[in-house]
Amino acid sequence: MNTPPGPERLDIDRLLEDPDNRVLVCCGSGGVGKTTTAAALGIRAAARGRKTVVLTIDPARRLAQALGLAELDNTPRKVDLEQGESGELHAMMLDMRRTFDDMVLAHAGRDRARQILDNPFYQTVSSSFSGTQEYMAMEKLGQLAAEDTWDLIVVDTPPSRSALDFLDAPQRLSTILDGRLIRMLASPAKAGGKGLRRIVGAGFGMFAKAVATIVGRQLLADAAAFVQAFDSTFGGFRERADRTYRLLRSSGTRFLVVASPEADALREASYFVERLSTEHMPLAGMVANRTHPILADLAAARALSAAEELETAGSAPLAASVLRLHADRVAVAEREKRLLARFTRAHPEVELGSVPALADEVHDQYGLREIGRRLARE
Amino acid sequence: MSSEWDRELDGARLHFVSGKGGAGKTTAAASLALALATGGRRVLLAEVEGRQGLAQLFDTPPLEYSERRLAAAPGGGEVRALAVEAEAALLEYLAMYYSLGVAGRTLRRMGAIEFATTLAPGLRDVLFTGKLKECVRRTDPNGRHTYDAVVVDAPPTGRIVRFLDVTRAMADLARMGPIHGQSEEVAGLLHSSDTVVHLVTLPEQLPVRETLETVEELDAAELRPGAVLLNRVRPSRLATRSVLAAAGGRVDATRIREGLRSAGLDWDTEVLDGLVAETIEHAGRASAELAAREQLDNTALPFLELPDYVEGIDVAALYELAEGLVARGVGGSR
Repeated sequence: MNTPPGPERLDIDRLLEDPDNRVLVCCGSGGVGKTTTAAALGIRAAARGRKTVVLTIDPARRLAQALGLAELDNTPRKVDLEQGESGELHAMMLDMRRTFDDMVLAHAGRDRARQILDNPFYQTVSSSFSGTQEYMAMEKLGQLAAEDTWDLIVVDTPPSRSALDFLDAPQRLSTILDGRLIRMLASPAKAGGKGLRRIVGAGFGMFAKAVATIVGRQLLADAAAFVQAFDSTFGGFRERADRTYRLLRSSGTRFLVVASPEADALREASYFVERLSTEHMPLAGMVANRTHPILADLAAARALSAAEELETAGSAPLAASVLRLHADRVAVAEREKRLLARFTRAHPEVELGSVPALADEVHDQYGLREIGRRLARE
Repeated sequence: MSSEWDRELDGARLHFVSGKGGAGKTTAAASLALALATGGRRVLLAEVEGRQGLAQLFDTPPLEYSERRLAAAPGGGEVRALAVEAEAALLEYLAMYYSLGVAGRTLRRMGAIEFATTLAPGLRDVLFTGKLKECVRRTDPNGRHTYDAVVVDAPPTGRIVRFLDVTRAMADLARMGPIHGQSEEVAGLLHSSDTVVHLVTLPEQLPVRETLETVEELDAAELRPGAVLLNRVRPSRLATRSVLAAAGGRVDATRIREGLRSAGLDWDTEVLDGLVAETIEHAGRASAELAAREQLDNTALPFLELPDYVEGIDVAALYELAEGLVARGVGGSR
């Protein structure tokens, strides 16, 4: 009964209890249930005595309710646990704009901070730039880690089509904002990048003109002013991104890839696993979320022939329906097993865990705890 | 009461297919394109997110920024495919106004174009929709439209309204300039009856609620919601009345056992318990499906069902899905 698909070895409790593990990052493509998984892991860690904070990125409204909170915001809120549980759980939701504002206010002098916050380009960067959410998630993670009050930080990652965005977006953002090109474009006549201009030749002047025509000289000037103010406060976007990136590589950080047992999600999970390994980032395992294991040990062919017999006799329609739905379920379970086995063949080193689907949507702590129990194979 | 796929939807020439991540946007967009092409029409199927989801689905080499034949549709129709890329679209624009020569390639290598599109986030969307407009409006030398319809595997529901809000995006860009001039025409097309936004969803509570929220957002932005495509619908094995009872945990185990016995099958308790547990879960899903359908029935939107393929979607399944859509009237009134 409850045969887990593939070789399940992921020991989730050991992962959550190990005092050396300080940061647990849940990654995966959109729609696989990362946020719920992160919350479920947070509760389980807290119930096992650890002082835990869960940083969610874009939670469904009902997750706050499931945790027993009125709402989630940019500071950790304490979640009530069951009596006798020794750990603590705090939950929060990343507010990208607030985090950015706070970062500027905390590091820049008052005048410089004003200068940055009032820059029209800052409004764009802090609210609608692609990559800002990832950048700010890292920033927040860095802050939480620096507070040194948490035994364990469980991090959800921004919803994106690719799990890799979490690793790449901050770097991409810093490349764009890291000065040289922006300054050249803002005032191509003055900027120093002679070497660069030689490579591009006459094309650059023309390109600069084209870009200025499209995005407007004002935007370029604002952007350049922003980058300059930011650089002198933070020593550049890139250095700051690099620093948080190092946290992801430190020994206390573990990654957990979440995927639904679907071909697309598992393909994304594969990319991510390969990437982590080239980056030497420690992968704790993969969680196959919402699987449909078979609950009755009965071959599909047998169930179907029995159903047919009953239908011919016309005597027991309910029993016949039950047998047919069992056969359907076997087909689903087999496919999921096959997909997971394919993943395991490609990545035999990855420890696998699975969460059989709940019959209902999660709407309270009980549901979140049930996910934890299923993952721990309790 | 929900309505049928009608003549008005058939008359649209630009179909965006959006939906929650994981709901099956790409599958639905491809099936819709095949259905619209059925009977000798020519349809362009475009993707805008660089995911190469279409190439994977049709099992072809990665798509490029050029239109090429992807599949034949029944009755002599044709689906062509295009991966719209912001960089290439920007170069195309620039080339209309400046003679770029080899400089274009160099700029691309430098990442200068990614830079420009990142600097003004709205620019990327304007380039995408601008290119789509060009495809919709393009005519052959006889003055006939090159494509009868353009179907777009669009960004997910969280981003779709922003993606189509060209006017807002233009606020990021220079007041004058070549792209600005084009954008008014693009906005005109997107807000006209030539354009519809279909939403793909799963037959579950949360995705359906999110879909209905998106419909409101589209209405507020004066964009036209098209059909709701209910994807991965699985057969219910139970009668509605049993579904409701079983979903509440009331499964008559004795009746099941007696039924099995009457066929000479006397399985042990463990198997029976397992079957009962599976029945409760099945009923839970089936009752969520019923509720989802009811919610959709209360909207004025047509909804079309796409059955689940347990073995996953391959090209043959796409043709079957398209056939199902045609049977429901898609492409019928053209």
